[in-house]
Amino acid sequence: MNNSVAKEKIISLRKKRSLEDMRFKYYGFTAMCLSLAVLVFLLYTIFSKGYTAFQKTIVLLEVDYNQEVLKLTPDSSVEEMEKGKFFRVKKQAIENFFPDLSKSDIKLVKKLFSINVDNEIKDYFLDNPEVINTKQQIWVTAHSDVDQLLKGNSRRDVPEDRRKLNDIQLSYVDQLVEEKRVKQVFNNFFFTKADSRHPEIAGVAGSFMGSLFTLFTVFILSFPIAIGASVYLEEFAPKNRITELIEVNISNLAAVPSIVFGLLGLGVLLNVFGLPRSTPLVGGSVLALMTLPTIIIACRASLKAVPPSIKEGALAVGATKTQAVFHHVVPLALPGTLTGTIIGLAQALGETAPLIMIGMIAFIPNIPTGLTEPSAALPVQIYLWVESAERGFQEKSAAAIMVILIFLFMMNAIAVFLRNRFERKW
Amino acid sequence: MFFWSLVLIAVGIFSSFIYGRSRIKLNSKKQGTKSKSLPNYYAQYVLIWCLFPALIVYFSWAIFQEQIIQNIVISKFEFIEGAVYNEGLLLAEIRNVANNPSFADGKSIEIINAASHYSSLRQISQISFYTSIIIIMLLGALYASQKLKPEFHAQHTIERYIQYILIFCSSVAIFTTIGIVFSLIFESLRFFAEVSIFEFLFSTEWYPFIPIREGQTAAEGSFGAVPIFAGTFLVMVVAMCVAAPLGLLTAIYLAEYASKRVRKTVKPLLEILAGIPTIVYGFFAFVSVAPFVKAFGQSFGIDASPTSALAAGMVMGVMIIPFISSLSDDVINSVPQSLREASLGIGANKAETIKKVILPAALPGIVGAFLLAISRAIGETMIVVVAAGTAPNLTGNPFENVTTVTVQIVVALIGDQEFDNPRTLSAFALGLVLFVITLFLNIIALQIVKRYRERYE
Amino acid sequence: MSNSKILANGVDVYYGSKQALFGISMDIKEKEVTALIGPSGCGKSTFLRCINRMNDLIDICKVSGSIKVDNEEIISEKTDVVSLRSKIGMVFQKPNPFPKSIFDNVAYGPTIHGLVDSKNDLEEIVHSSLKKAGLFDEVKDRLNEPGTSLSGGQQQRLCIARAIAVNPEIILMDEPCSALDPIATAIIEELIDELRLNYTIIIVTHSMQQAARVSQKTCFFHLGELIETGETNKIFTNPDNTKTQDYITGRFG
Repeated sequence: MNNSVAKEKIISLRKKRSLEDMRFKYYGFTAMCLSLAVLVFLLYTIFSKGYTAFQKTIVLLEVDYNQEVLKLTPDSSVEEMEKGKFFRVKKQAIENFFPDLSKSDIKLVKKLFSINVDNEIKDYFLDNPEVINTKQQIWVTAHSDVDQLLKGNSRRDVPEDRRKLNDIQLSYVDQLVEEKRVKQVFNNFFFTKADSRHPEIAGVAGSFMGSLFTLFTVFILSFPIAIGASVYLEEFAPKNRITELIEVNISNLAAVPSIVFGLLGLGVLLNVFGLPRSTPLVGGSVLALMTLPTIIIACRASLKAVPPSIKEGALAVGATKTQAVFHHVVPLALPGTLTGTIIGLAQALGETAPLIMIGMIAFIPNIPTGLTEPSAALPVQIYLWVESAERGFQEKSAAAIMVILIFLFMMNAIAVFLRNRFERKW
Repeated sequence: MFFWSLVLIAVGIFSSFIYGRSRIKLNSKKQGTKSKSLPNYYAQYVLIWCLFPALIVYFSWAIFQEQIIQNIVISKFEFIEGAVYNEGLLLAEIRNVANNPSFADGKSIEIINAASHYSSLRQISQISFYTSIIIIMLLGALYASQKLKPEFHAQHTIERYIQYILIFCSSVAIFTTIGIVFSLIFESLRFFAEVSIFEFLFSTEWYPFIPIREGQTAAEGSFGAVPIFAGTFLVMVVAMCVAAPLGLLTAIYLAEYASKRVRKTVKPLLEILAGIPTIVYGFFAFVSVAPFVKAFGQSFGIDASPTSALAAGMVMGVMIIPFISSLSDDVINSVPQSLREASLGIGANKAETIKKVILPAALPGIVGAFLLAISRAIGETMIVVVAAGTAPNLTGNPFENVTTVTVQIVVALIGDQEFDNPRTLSAFALGLVLFVITLFLNIIALQIVKRYRERYE
Repeated sequence: MSNSKILANGVDVYYGSKQALFGISMDIKEKEVTALIGPSGCGKSTFLRCINRMNDLIDICKVSGSIKVDNEEIISEKTDVVSLRSKIGMVFQKPNPFPKSIFDNVAYGPTIHGLVDSKNDLEEIVHSSLKKAGLFDEVKDRLNEPGTSLSGGQQQRLCIARAIAVNPEIILMDEPCSALDPIATAIIEELIDELRLNYTIIIVTHSMQQAARVSQKTCFFHLGELIETGETNKIFTNPDNTKTQDYITGRFG
């Protein structure tokens, strides 16, 4: 009797236990799925907020290149043409944009166009000087407010005082849509222009180049130094206190918050050495110091992976240690080192805080051409746009994130390719 | 300037190498003895002596030239009594006029004078730059060529130089640490000269607005960092509440339950999560999570601000999930298989084995991983800058705006930096606190993990 | 002792605090094959690696005593290890060709030592070394292929060619056939027999048959001591020491 009760108890307990087991497994599975779901949601958010930035809204404008208004003649030289009074032509075109505009409405209509329209009218003329004294239908860039409205990013059902465009402007926009005088095309500005106060003509070209210059500096500094340091620590360093100190130092440096490196850049590179502020040179130096531990760790691992028999073979034919290491071990460790360096560069590409500290957050409206010119960097550009109140910048920041993610993805793909292609198994 | 100096250097490399090679061959032929090292080593020797000093000059010139010229121009500038100058703007103006004479129209005479002074200095600098580079290259080559004798063991010397270079490379890490400590402590001392350290550590008022000009009516600044520390702590706690369970459970699932195929696909995906730049998380927090938190709070009648500790903390938690999961995964995998088998062997099921055997065995390693994650969370900047706000609220309510150490560092340094103003200097004091705490956490965590590893190896 | 090539006297080796060799004294004659035999861990490889100072690579390894090569002391701070190693070639247990072309493998030594002035000379050295190692005919059409693409036996002969190329006087072989199949082993053994005419060879081997086949002198090591040394014939047929007897007849090992 007693026995069967105990058995029953055990059986029911076993059921409970196996249920518990299932539940625990399910917890783990849910946790994993949740983490991945967040990743998907994150990417979805970025894409859905950002894809519209790759399009811009343009408006058909009839421009009268009247020589009197322009103060030019058909045989003006190019320099003279550069100084033509295109803003007057634009003004005229906008005044005639809708029939019978009142004075106050002209002002409102003017705000439907980008500030860049002057330049577009001018560029069109410079490309086709023969259009003087003719009327031309030109597609010009619309103002960001119109752009955002037509993309559906800003809503029209909120009260008028909380909208960028008032009711009259809305009616004009609707009229344009009806007459098919607006359309959306690929936004080349996003890829060819630097930052701007006006969202419709702001682009990532400037910050992209800034990031490239910065990464170049990081690579030039960190790659040779990392190889030198790892070769020394792995092959030559005597086993003593100082070596140990260096090793502990490197592993601790790897965990120092990036913002502290920014303070280092500000306190030492800018204030003590007087390097030029806001430049890729300083940004790259700071990030190089920051990524150095990562690269050293990768480089040492790949040096360690080279079998000692190779070095012994070289030593046995009478090579010096330096020769054995630099002729045989280092070349074999190079692919692994390069992979580690690219991963370090990818980390440096996404770093924002240290760059803010050394002033790469300044508003730079032109594309940098050198290491010592003030410039922005992609992540800082994203930060500036995220912080910006203007609606039109939000899609820009998401699109810039897409650019940086694609950039990162490509770097990692190269790293994986290098690893698979060149890393040998011993 | 850049192009021609490159040409100069290339010519230097080429000619010194050829010279060294042919010279040693000639010398050893003259003496009729074989040189101790291969000719190439002598060539390299000449090359190093020709190039290295020149490169040092080159870089210091490139770095300091502009600075020095500007200082001279400013020191010679004919300041007009009573006028107010902004040095940066003034310099920009002078440079513009110097580079582009057409800008000179309508500029005052002292600016035009300074601009011509500036351009003449630049010219002098250019000429002396090239002559000094050439002279130094020649001197170096001359010195080296004296040593080009067959009995000179060039290879030994070159290898010794290589050692020096390698030692220099490895000490860069040390210099970096010294630089960090030096700059943090130096500027912090200046800060604590004006603000008492007790006020900084224990006072609860953070209003870093010090009157910049005399007679300004703003209140005295107050630098009590307690609200900042509290905010950092709050965000960190929220982040760990998200990351610790999710990361650990994910690690357990991957290590103990998942099939090989699942592991192989999920691990790289988690690595993507780890590789996303933090500013992207900041964007995500700002655009998606913060509005959601706000709406969520309002549905419970809690008035949540648009930026909050909860939004920032949750997203930060997501950011450190892969960090915790991969570290814990390593730790769990290094628990010896024999322990697992012992537990399964007496009829325990998997969940019991994990909870009663593996986790207790792996506990030190997991604690180490958590400490590293906490250190990460404390040092993280961009998420909190975008999503946590800047108001120094001393609160435990995660729906409220809080600020963190990193945010305040950024806030203090964005815009005008004045290194005699405690507001700017406070960034360094906060940085020092951050550095000390993260270093402390890391050392402890690494120690724990190391001891744990030793136990099972 | 006129043609004594290597003269060891009281060589002690320590790994940290553990002594691995106890007072080894040995006399190795020129242009002979000397085999070092003994159970594993007996210190025969350690002794071999003292002769070209390969033990320097191990930080904790300390060597004392005296080894003279051509009457020159080599266990000394002043020894030029690089020229010593160019005089004493070494072939390792596992073939370790560089991951470079066959040609570059052999050419590496002559190049770093500056033994050649022209490309033609280099080519000649490479070819003749490969011929001496009995590999030339097999690889002459593919000198630019990586050395690692060869079979194990060919790789080992490539390593021998690499050692020969720097024109050494002594070749140390550390169980050169232990990773090879019997056919490749036979080829290498034949090769050793030919090389004996020009080089002094010391070979560490596990296989007593191999020692008997290739060597003129045999030294038996046991637990870090040199138990017995003598003519190979005598060691294998009529050893003086009972330990040697036991080892050879397979009572332990």
